[in-house]
Amino acid sequence: MDLKKLEEIPKSYLKEILGALSKLEKLKKIPFFTGIHFKDAERDLAQKIESYKKVERDAKRVWKIVELSRNENRPQCLDYINGIFEDFVKLSGDRLTGEDRSIVAGLGKINGKTVAVIGHNKGKDIKQRLEYNFGMSIPQGYRKSQRIMRLADRFGFPIVTLIDTPGAYPALEAEDDGQASAIAKSILLMFEVKVPIIAILIGEGGSGGALALAVGNEVAMLENSTYSVISPEGCAAILWKNPSGTKLAARELRLTSRDMLRLKVIDRVIPEPIGGAQNAPGRMVKIVKKYIIGALERFASIPGEELKSRRARKFESMGFFSTK
Amino acid sequence: MEKVKCKNCTKDIENEIFILNLWVCPYCNYHHYINARDRLQITVDSNSFIELGKNINSDDFLNFYDVKSYSVRLKETKLKTSLDEAVIIGEAKIEGNDVALGVMDFGFMGGSMGSVVGEKIKILSNYCIEKNIPLVIFCASGGARMQEGVISLMQMAKTVSSVNRVKESKIPYITIITNPTSGGVSASFATVADIIIAEPDALFCFAGPRVVKQTIKKNLPPDFGTSERNLKNGQVDMIVNRNELRSTLTNMLKLFKE
Repeated sequence: MDLKKLEEIPKSYLKEILGALSKLEKLKKIPFFTGIHFKDAERDLAQKIESYKKVERDAKRVWKIVELSRNENRPQCLDYINGIFEDFVKLSGDRLTGEDRSIVAGLGKINGKTVAVIGHNKGKDIKQRLEYNFGMSIPQGYRKSQRIMRLADRFGFPIVTLIDTPGAYPALEAEDDGQASAIAKSILLMFEVKVPIIAILIGEGGSGGALALAVGNEVAMLENSTYSVISPEGCAAILWKNPSGTKLAARELRLTSRDMLRLKVIDRVIPEPIGGAQNAPGRMVKIVKKYIIGALERFASIPGEELKSRRARKFESMGFFSTK
Repeated sequence: MEKVKCKNCTKDIENEIFILNLWVCPYCNYHHYINARDRLQITVDSNSFIELGKNINSDDFLNFYDVKSYSVRLKETKLKTSLDEAVIIGEAKIEGNDVALGVMDFGFMGGSMGSVVGEKIKILSNYCIEKNIPLVIFCASGGARMQEGVISLMQMAKTVSSVNRVKESKIPYITIITNPTSGGVSASFATVADIIIAEPDALFCFAGPRVVKQTIKKNLPPDFGTSERNLKNGQVDMIVNRNELRSTLTNMLKLFKE
């Protein structure tokens, strides 16, 4: 066997292939088997190698999407807010202990109707990124979001969320302030409100920090955004115990918009301009605006109780298992 | 006589005394790991537990493969732990009080929450609403089960929605935080309970100490994420020793009865 063929195989699969190879070579050396052809075994092995190469190619393809989802020139929450909502007023603070700038929240108008808008903002240059803490939120952010959602619920304003976060901020102060409970309460509140919730993943949908804004009647993802229970880096560190597993982890986690649609975790994929949203930010904002107007119309005539119970039914039916 | 070493004070404890003391160190009161079956035994009235949702099994629906396939991991864990999943649910009595009870086991893939844990919490919630009996869940989990990808993340929403219906039915919901409770479980059904009780020394956080330390590049206080620190920070109602949990629960259940 030409060992060069093995170069494109992910390292974690190599052990299995090398094991099978050496077994085959050993068998061939036993005099008893002389003259017997090992064609079938060799073909099976070659097929396996090909399929593992496909895994590697696939991982590279998925990784490109991960990179696109993190591209700093993609339109961000504030770009959408400025380009879509009229008379937008930013609201600040959780009225308890502070203001978390990683989450932008406020009221604005779209198509003549007032809506509440809540989203993660990552920032574009290093100065902004530090200001917005890279879109990683602390309990104050989630509690501010809850405050605005309650406000929207009282006045019957639909809620639009724009999700773009690597995840909740893992810091001592955040933990001391009850990060877990803040995220859980956000999720809980999204099952209580009686106004439509439209959730749009515009970049990175990182774990609980993303879900805290994503319990929507309709959940949409931009074509090259991602949604994942853990970052590929984090997953590789835990399961592969090695950063070399990062791209493979990205593939295994099935974090692309297409995967989400197939798994019925989201309702729609919003197409991006060719090559990605960063190539034509203005067009991207227009496409999202059109989507939001359509989504709000779809839910406009549905009674509040029905909106609430539909959300519960939708999320409570998620999961794959067998019953025997 | 067989002996075990305390994980905290490293003193040798005679096995028999260790078990009689409910897997708690008699010298330093450190609360060690207890599996779900033993937890049931020390918590509920004898022969009162009726298991629910036994027929639900995890599926490797993503064909998840890291260095091992998820289906192989599941098989191995089932053999090793003689459990079907990371949570056991059912109906039970505690000092004669009916409860819908869930007990998680950290020994089953780190108590991680996948589709089956989510579905079982939903079944348990439906059951307690149907029977109008309090919901009690012992939590122990490292978080969401990565091998089920984003579907495990969705179990956070699923379980919160399920227990929200319990809350709306005005049925008391109590969680007991045991070591460790973190990630997806701590940020979902564990923390939206009416009453949150913690066992001593339990790690209770969203992000674990390793991740936090890596991010802030500073040493963490020695009590990071502990029950004691959480009590000080207002995140739990009380800390209760394992040998007093049964009586505390009984008292609580009585208070909620009119």
